Amino acid sequence: MSQSTLLVKPEYPWKLTPKDLLTDLLGVLFTVISSLAIVAITPLKGKLGFALVLILMSLVTSMTISGLKKDRKAAVNASTTVLVYIAASFVIIALASVLFEIVRLGASQLSPSAMFTQDMSLTASEAPLNEGGLLHAIIGTAYIVTFATVFSTPIGILTALYIVEVKGRFAGLVRFFVQAMSGVPSIVAGLFIFAVWMIQLGNAYSGIAGAFALTILMIPTVARTSEEVLKLIPSDLREAGLALGATQWRTVANVVIPAAKSGLITAVILGIARVIGETAPLLLTIGGADAINLNPTEGNMSAFPFYVWKNLLIGSENAVSRAWQGVFVLMIIVFILFTLARYFGAAKGSRRK
Amino acid sequence: MSVISPEAKTTPNPRVITTEPRFTDKVFRRIVTSGGLFSLVLLGLIGFFLVFNGFTAIREAGLAFLTGFDWVDAIPEEGQPASYGIGAMLYGTLVTGILAMIMGVPVAVGTALFLSYYAPEWIKKPMVVVVDVMAAIPSIVFGLWGYYVLMPHAEYWARLIHKYLGFIPIFDMPAPVFTRSPFIAGIVLAIMIIPIITAVSREVFAQTPLERIQAAYALGATKWAMIKAVVFPYGRGGVIGGAMLGLGRALGETVAVYTVLNLVYDIRIEVLLSAGGSVASMIVNKFGEANQVELQALMAAGFVLFLVTLAVNFLANFIINKTARE
Repeated sequence: MSQSTLLVKPEYPWKLTPKDLLTDLLGVLFTVISSLAIVAITPLKGKLGFALVLILMSLVTSMTISGLKKDRKAAVNASTTVLVYIAASFVIIALASVLFEIVRLGASQLSPSAMFTQDMSLTASEAPLNEGGLLHAIIGTAYIVTFATVFSTPIGILTALYIVEVKGRFAGLVRFFVQAMSGVPSIVAGLFIFAVWMIQLGNAYSGIAGAFALTILMIPTVARTSEEVLKLIPSDLREAGLALGATQWRTVANVVIPAAKSGLITAVILGIARVIGETAPLLLTIGGADAINLNPTEGNMSAFPFYVWKNLLIGSENAVSRAWQGVFVLMIIVFILFTLARYFGAAKGSRRK
Repeated sequence: MSVISPEAKTTPNPRVITTEPRFTDKVFRRIVTSGGLFSLVLLGLIGFFLVFNGFTAIREAGLAFLTGFDWVDAIPEEGQPASYGIGAMLYGTLVTGILAMIMGVPVAVGTALFLSYYAPEWIKKPMVVVVDVMAAIPSIVFGLWGYYVLMPHAEYWARLIHKYLGFIPIFDMPAPVFTRSPFIAGIVLAIMIIPIITAVSREVFAQTPLERIQAAYALGATKWAMIKAVVFPYGRGGVIGGAMLGLGRALGETVAVYTVLNLVYDIRIEVLLSAGGSVASMIVNKFGEANQVELQALMAAGFVLFLVTLAVNFLANFIINKTARE
């Protein structure tokens, strides 16, 4: 009994008291109601007016409440808190708008039976949407991205190995240049391939030229992500391999790479997601086509972004609908890639635990 | 038994211990090194071939290539020589880039602060995914969205800005055409560069030493006072570097800008007017029907773009790496 009197009731001074919660709630209510009232009374009208007034009123209200409750510093803190929340909500609104419009405009009048079985060789863009499809674009993108992946994966992973495993004389320099390379504009990659492959070597437009251009854009992503992954492999593993008498080649091939496998797969998937929607380099390299072309080394080819671009430029109602449909399918593919990357990334994390 | 020679009874030669790599390792290192140096060579080749193909255009125009406003083909019948200059386009690229920074950087840094210090745990994870997804949206999607969804709204905003702030020269309006202006291109670019600036800023904010944050709180600082006194001084370099990475992206953006910007070979100070420039978009615009000489000029323009974005990226990465190392 005597002991229980010593027990102190725990206090949580940082927790909001019911009174605080009430004032906060009242503040929010006041903000919304007063904004509605101002929009109703003054000439400010519409959603934009309401949004502006709401931002201003939430700033004023939060500052007044904190200012009255505590001091000026608290008022400044309250206003910056509101501003930070507004910044974050801007980002959410922008993304929500983009995704919502893609679904609204892309999924309407979707005719999967035609979209995935037909090309545009016998159909005008203005034709009803249940005629013609983007099979040629799907096949084109599949070819181009597959080749780009085949070219860039070895180079990207070798670059990462050079920086992390071999730690050669130029490791720092290579790392720095690969970082800078990820900022090379995609149009420049297209121009470069055009200059070499078309002008210097005299080839015509083809899918493989597009794949070369995408390779340039894909290498930095693969290299940098692989580098991060390889750095996470504990050096104990490497040392254990070397201590058992294995050569560096054996250690990397049989210890480091298997340990980093899921991470390296993530790197490649992220690289694919990075380039699958690239438009500008393809405009200069693949030529574009309305029919299915199964030969990646010869003849004009189409691709998703090219299909969207072409219909966007045509600009008639049905063509724009086709563009939105193309974007819709493209985004679904990007999301699938993204989910895959997260899945493999998560698998890596759980194994390390 | 007597066949055993005297030598065999002596101890065997000691094993040679050497740091010389084995043959397989030599091959392995050779291959990895050549793969690693490929990117360096590739960057060099990009520069070389763009210059090689655009050399004539640069030599003929000289410095006027950077400052000239004209982009006219030669018309032999009228005796008019070709004149290619990307001055107006360079200026336009800079204007849209700066507009994108003005609109994008505060929002991006605010979002990074939100994610690092304000967001409740349950909203943090989905919000990080939101930013990642935004970074993964291809530019053609932003182009389509910018033209068909954003433009009608942005046109209305531009009218309002002109109505109430028109006395400021940059918001002035010689002709009431508010569509496809640098202002709208700036908004689209701002949305496109927000993810990268947010990601870099968040990374730097996450490295802020916890004990300094706790020290600030222990001294009675409010959250904002803590951010101002600890987070910003510590992460300033990262934020600046991230913003510059964003600028690099904005300067090189092609397709999205092409759809929402009206290319005009003129330098206009009014950002709400439907007249702007972008080197990258100009290349796509002129590429289709370019003749031999014009193609060389386009290559030269691509080289200038390459140099500018590379320089911006170098500087940005330099600043970020320096901040991260400290």
